[in-house]
Amino acid sequence: MNELDQLYQQLILEHSRRPIGKGTLEDRDGELSASHYEMNPSCGDELTLKVSLDPQTMQLTQLVWEGQGCSISMASASILAQLFRDEDGFTVEQARERIAAFREMIQSRGKTEPDEDLLGDAVALQGVSKFIMRIKCAMLGWVALEANLHKLEASIATANDK
Amino acid sequence: MVKPFSSSEIKSFRSDFPFFADPTLVGGRPLAYLDSGATSQRPKTVLDAERFFLEKQNSAVHRGASIATGNATSSFEASREAVAKFVGAEASEIVWTAGATDALNLIAQGIAEANTSLGSSNSLFKLEPGDEILVTEAEHHANLVPWQRLALKTGASLRWIPVNEHGIWSIDDARSYVNKRTKIFAFGHVSNVTGFKAPVRELTDLARSVGAMTVLDACQSVPHVPVNFTNLGVDFAVFSSHKMLGPNGLGVLYGKAELLDELPPARTGGSAITRVTMEQAEFLPPPLRFEAGTQAVSQVIGIGAAVKYLEDIGMQRIASHEEELVAHLVEGVNKNSGLRLLGPQNSSHRVALASVEVNGLHAHDVGQVLDGEGVQVRVGHHCAQPLHRAMGITSSVRASVHLTTTEDEIDRFLDGLRKAQKYFDLES
Repeated sequence: MNELDQLYQQLILEHSRRPIGKGTLEDRDGELSASHYEMNPSCGDELTLKVSLDPQTMQLTQLVWEGQGCSISMASASILAQLFRDEDGFTVEQARERIAAFREMIQSRGKTEPDEDLLGDAVALQGVSKFIMRIKCAMLGWVALEANLHKLEASIATANDK
Repeated sequence: MVKPFSSSEIKSFRSDFPFFADPTLVGGRPLAYLDSGATSQRPKTVLDAERFFLEKQNSAVHRGASIATGNATSSFEASREAVAKFVGAEASEIVWTAGATDALNLIAQGIAEANTSLGSSNSLFKLEPGDEILVTEAEHHANLVPWQRLALKTGASLRWIPVNEHGIWSIDDARSYVNKRTKIFAFGHVSNVTGFKAPVRELTDLARSVGAMTVLDACQSVPHVPVNFTNLGVDFAVFSSHKMLGPNGLGVLYGKAELLDELPPARTGGSAITRVTMEQAEFLPPPLRFEAGTQAVSQVIGIGAAVKYLEDIGMQRIASHEEELVAHLVEGVNKNSGLRLLGPQNSSHRVALASVEVNGLHAHDVGQVLDGEGVQVRVGHHCAQPLHRAMGITSSVRASVHLTTTEDEIDRFLDGLRKAQKYFDLES
């Protein structure tokens, strides 16, 4: 497989053409929600990712996003949403594990084997790690999820203080 | 009519540049460098001039009393003379800065200082609520953000001339925005995204008719066409060394003598002063007043060599060569129905570059395919987000040429675009 095909695997092209998880959050009683806008200042790609959380179980119940950008950034967000659906949502802790595993894979320069159990189809983005200028594209949605986890935890901490 | 270069001339110029003489190979072919708009490659004479200076003459300039510092100072000032002559200015009107961005900040921050207790009450630079700073929607962020800050500091309003769907604006648009409240009108000579060349002389006449000061961002014009700031009638202008075959880390600020005389130095320190006491300082006349601290001396020597290289070939001939290349580029783009050409829809009023949107495809993805083909272009928003937004896009693909560019390199770019469209299953 040539370098270009390694980067643009069929799965990535499919996700960028028909992205999963675009939409809005349903308003549900007792759930907290958070929204985060993330931008890649070097190319102008932008994405807003929203999640909702059941604070009793610390389970993320919904994950949706909207955005504009290159096929890598859009496919990566779509694959994240797909993974979320396939697993019927993550706990906050599981989400953190997956973000960490994804970041490690993307920053590995192709040197480590990604954890397929944690990352599912997201391992198709492994080829990005060889293209340093595209790392930010692949991370966009995942960084937005991470920021939302901070926001949710901060709002729980504030609620507990009261 | 000045003749464009013959193929043997281009070949000879390319042999002057180590980057082209011994090129990086991609898939067995030399890299097609179509990114001079971002940074230009440097001829050996520029690299040699810097090295010679560093090896044989390196000394502090405008300091000390040794013969060596005297020689270094002479070379440093000779570059200033050469650059001044190159753009139709006096040496005293040329200030070295850390870059064109820095030069724009030096103007905007100097004007801001003139509006504090440091400025005189009848300052030429007086700005107050109700006054207007005018820019265009097509500006590079470097010619926008410093004016936003100046407006915030002084209470003046920032206004802008909007662009049309092609990302361009006209003298008629300018006429409806320039009025007696306009105090500063800052605009680009050649857009780094659309390649559109503004009618500078008409615009400076218009500004003068209402008493507004003009600031010209000449980064994309000075390296490519003959430019004479005095004839253009601009009050201030900036350009950068590394886009005109010179070293990095150096920019040029041009200011009309009577304005530089009045402009407060936004950066102060050693060597810009005359008498310093514990309480206060008095400053040298321009240009040294604006050159506090250690200067980028070897880079200044380098830009002198760059100017010599350009002048030996002749800016008219360079402009004529690039005009022909750009016509070829625009024609090729217009033949591909899957491309949207940004800027002027033909090759007139256009200098040195063309940017496109590939329908249905993000610029990053196009750039990736071109990269694999050994064609280097710029993809992204080119530091002009508002302009892209006005055209309904977030990014574009830009090919920019210089005196060393060949028609074959342009063809490789056009082929690369078709390859990208094919790769992502799009029509070309």
